[in-house]
Amino acid sequence: MSDMLLTGKVTGVNGNMVSVAFDDRVTQNEVAFVLTDGNDRLKGEVIRVRGREADIQVFESTTGIKVGNKVEFSGQLLSVELGPGLLTQVYDGLQNPLPELAKEAGYFLKRGLYIYPLDREKTWDYSPAAKVGDCLKAGDTIGSVPEGIFTHRVMLPFAWAGEWEITWTAEAGAYNIDTVVAKAKNGDEERNITMVQTWPVKIPISCYDEKLMPREPLVTQVRIIDTFFPVAKGGTFCTPGPFGAGKTVLQHALSQRSEVDIVIVAACGERAGEVVEILREFPHLEDPRTGRHLIDRTIIICNTSSMPVAAREASIYTSVTLAEYYRQMGLSVLLLADSTSRWAQALREMSGRLEEIPGEEAFPAYLESLVASFYERAGLVRLRDGGQGSITICGSVSPAGGNFEEPVTQATLKVVGSFLALSRDRANARRYPAIHPLDSWSKYHSIVPKDKINEARAMLRTGNEVNQMMKVVGEEGTPTSDFVQYLKSEFIDAVYLQQNTFDKVDSGCGAERQQHVFDKLLDIIRHKFTFPDKDAARSFFQRLRQDFIDWNYCPWESDTFKAGEEKIDSLIKNGK
Amino acid sequence: MRKIYHRIIQISGNVITVEADNVANGELAEVKSGRGTSLAQVIRLDKGRVFLQVFAGSRGISTDSEVRFLGHAMRVAAADALLGRIFSGNGQPRDKGPALQENLIDIGGPSVNPANRIIPRNMIRTGLPMIDIFNTLVESQKLPIFSVAGEPYNELLARIAMQAEVDLIILGGMGLKYDDYLYFKETLDEHGALSRTVMFIHTASDPIVECLLVPDMALAAAEHFATNEGKRVLVLLTDMTNFCDALKEIAITMEQIPSNRGYPGDLYSQLAARYEKAVDFETAGSITILAVTTMPGDDVTHPVPDNTGYITEGQFYLVNGRIEPFGSLSRLKQQVNSETRADHRALMDNMIRLYAEYKESVEKQSMGFRMSNWDDKLLKYGAMFEQRMMDLSVNIPLEEALDLGWKTLAQCFEPAETGIKSDLVKQFWPKSDNADKKD
Repeated sequence: MSDMLLTGKVTGVNGNMVSVAFDDRVTQNEVAFVLTDGNDRLKGEVIRVRGREADIQVFESTTGIKVGNKVEFSGQLLSVELGPGLLTQVYDGLQNPLPELAKEAGYFLKRGLYIYPLDREKTWDYSPAAKVGDCLKAGDTIGSVPEGIFTHRVMLPFAWAGEWEITWTAEAGAYNIDTVVAKAKNGDEERNITMVQTWPVKIPISCYDEKLMPREPLVTQVRIIDTFFPVAKGGTFCTPGPFGAGKTVLQHALSQRSEVDIVIVAACGERAGEVVEILREFPHLEDPRTGRHLIDRTIIICNTSSMPVAAREASIYTSVTLAEYYRQMGLSVLLLADSTSRWAQALREMSGRLEEIPGEEAFPAYLESLVASFYERAGLVRLRDGGQGSITICGSVSPAGGNFEEPVTQATLKVVGSFLALSRDRANARRYPAIHPLDSWSKYHSIVPKDKINEARAMLRTGNEVNQMMKVVGEEGTPTSDFVQYLKSEFIDAVYLQQNTFDKVDSGCGAERQQHVFDKLLDIIRHKFTFPDKDAARSFFQRLRQDFIDWNYCPWESDTFKAGEEKIDSLIKNGK
Repeated sequence: MRKIYHRIIQISGNVITVEADNVANGELAEVKSGRGTSLAQVIRLDKGRVFLQVFAGSRGISTDSEVRFLGHAMRVAAADALLGRIFSGNGQPRDKGPALQENLIDIGGPSVNPANRIIPRNMIRTGLPMIDIFNTLVESQKLPIFSVAGEPYNELLARIAMQAEVDLIILGGMGLKYDDYLYFKETLDEHGALSRTVMFIHTASDPIVECLLVPDMALAAAEHFATNEGKRVLVLLTDMTNFCDALKEIAITMEQIPSNRGYPGDLYSQLAARYEKAVDFETAGSITILAVTTMPGDDVTHPVPDNTGYITEGQFYLVNGRIEPFGSLSRLKQQVNSETRADHRALMDNMIRLYAEYKESVEKQSMGFRMSNWDDKLLKYGAMFEQRMMDLSVNIPLEEALDLGWKTLAQCFEPAETGIKSDLVKQFWPKSDNADKKD
């Protein structure tokens, strides 16, 4: 192959953009390697071609590159490897396994060091499914291996066009991923199929029958989300908020408690410390749904803020491609991208180096279409075997100055189905999760009937109005009946909207419990209390709040839970 | 012998361009002009042209000044000889000691592999209740003090540094007033900490490019001590806003398209590359970063504090000589405050919540509304809280501060009014304060 290798020479370096005069031909978005004097081989991607010069975005520090250094073009688009063994892995944005890199290079990352994403030695118990003579298309199942609790399908490579007839299949047995497990032919061409295939990250995998409307709620066990601003399996939602509003704590809660098969955490340009928490804790935390460890259903893509910026751009695509791969097996996947703003900033940096005409706040003009096409890779699909798989995408957004008018938030709001607005005021008042109950919205179906939610929402709105009014006319100028409405809205906030993520019980509120507790909440909202004065009303609700919060900390359907409920009932009955 | 270049084809701001070959991106050069010799760094290559950022500024450089490339990037001596020494931003001694040449390492090295990090686990005690109870500082945390000009942020920085239990202190001063530089030197000396301190100081009168090097010099030295010698290092950086302004200046000179208020689009990545050096290792030492970010116009949405806030693990918000409870945040406190004492978290949350309600009552009061019973309770509580918890002169250990918190609550409220879980109330609510309450 080496005689086929296309090469070029460096003509300029500007930040992480390297200009190359190429000898023969280049392909847009193909992977290229810059060879430095220090024998480093630095990976990059062709992002622009002008005349005989190509511009390469290099995924590493460009220090030490000289004009005249050799460049090799690979002919391949930037791709990921797909196969059994992806789960539990911790990758950087280019799918290098970080623990393996640590073994090679020590404390620090070493540039130019790339390692196979999947274990080549490990063997998997393969069972064939397709038979000789079967005519299959890309994405159809050839066989399967168990991967943790999941049945990992080995599929006809997604890139193969047309119909392929199976000509040979391996017997059941333990093989490593590079073993040929089947052969297939299309016309005169016969190809080998192994357990591993590659796929270019920037192209969606679409080997399914059709995309369906997401309807089924994805239970996250966060009350304010599931009840008020629900998310559907296959839907998209975003969590914009200023720093300190609890975006990451919320994402961690989602990654632990959400009722989905697989969670992919894309730590994109954020703090390394936050990923470390997941990295260190998930191997020990029990997944309440399966009894296994959380890490067994998780893939972490970790390109944190101090890692190379260009790889940050790739990391978003890497993670969504892995999500699409598992969706293809009929699983439900939740992709948590934290944060899409950092991804957009990476695009902005590159656009600046390319000296493109800038759009708003110097973001490139094509920002909106890129954001839209990323979220559109989510969805519920019907596979060709009749099964369904889904990808739900949650993108956190970090708007500059907490101002939602900025381009990334606005581009995101256009394409998501649910908007969870995190508010600095609520965070400052320690009202967590700091999702704003009046500003947020969702287009999906809740686990609680709509009319009931409207009742609670109306009370929140009224309470807010009374509160505004009180700021003008004072408490003494407010009728007691209005004041009670205000107390009721504050009560909903304190006992239902707020939730303690750090408490074992309160952090996970299942759908059934939410429905039960919400009905109790409605009883209180509907109950017509009569109080002699405002102080009496306030102290009654303080007591009720105390009992209700204690009740939230009782395990579902335990004895203490029942006792707590009786206590609340009697308090309501005796409440004046 | 390295080749010497004489033809400078462009001088613009602090950036000069020469035609040269076989030059590496990031390499250092010496520029000799009538004014003396300065270091310069290659920041861009374009065919035969090399763009150099001159550390001492381009003033006095002529088109035939000498440029000699050194064949290596900016380096710092990673050795014990650093201790007790003071350097300028370009690594030259500021004190009367000799220049160091041993064990030179590149600055601005690669990021720590996230897989090698561990979850922070050690609290750093400061004796300030606003920090210890409400926003606990944790070893390996990166935390800025958000403030405005005129606030005692350097004093606060120095005080925390003196009280924190660390092995080494590395001070990076950027655009520092000369008085402040002397203040740090004297304070460190008074506490006998000078011998375990390294200082990289860029004062307001030094060339602007050297300001950019300070954090990298300080952090490269910190990484050496943390990884090779297993030391717990505290890095103090003041003031990071000056660093950002230096970045802005260079970016504009290089004709980069500004993104927000003139700052370059990569401001976030530039800051993150420095702050993310804060780390804790299983088998080596740690780096904790405390920085100062002054907010122009007390505006937290200004690009510098805004980008900083997204990178750091919280912030201390210093206003009117006090650490504000709102706006201040330690993201790592959850890692350590569950093990201090059972009541720590609940007390922290509820005291702040009540203080927020107090603020509302104050607002109502100032508008002339009648105060309810509840408002009166809150007003009493708020005044006590500010005096006992927020005052910077308070210096008590955490446990004492927690007890004081319960005492304050008991003096102002009934247990149910505090919203604290009943079992904690049973355990910690002071029983002897009944007499006290009726005053």
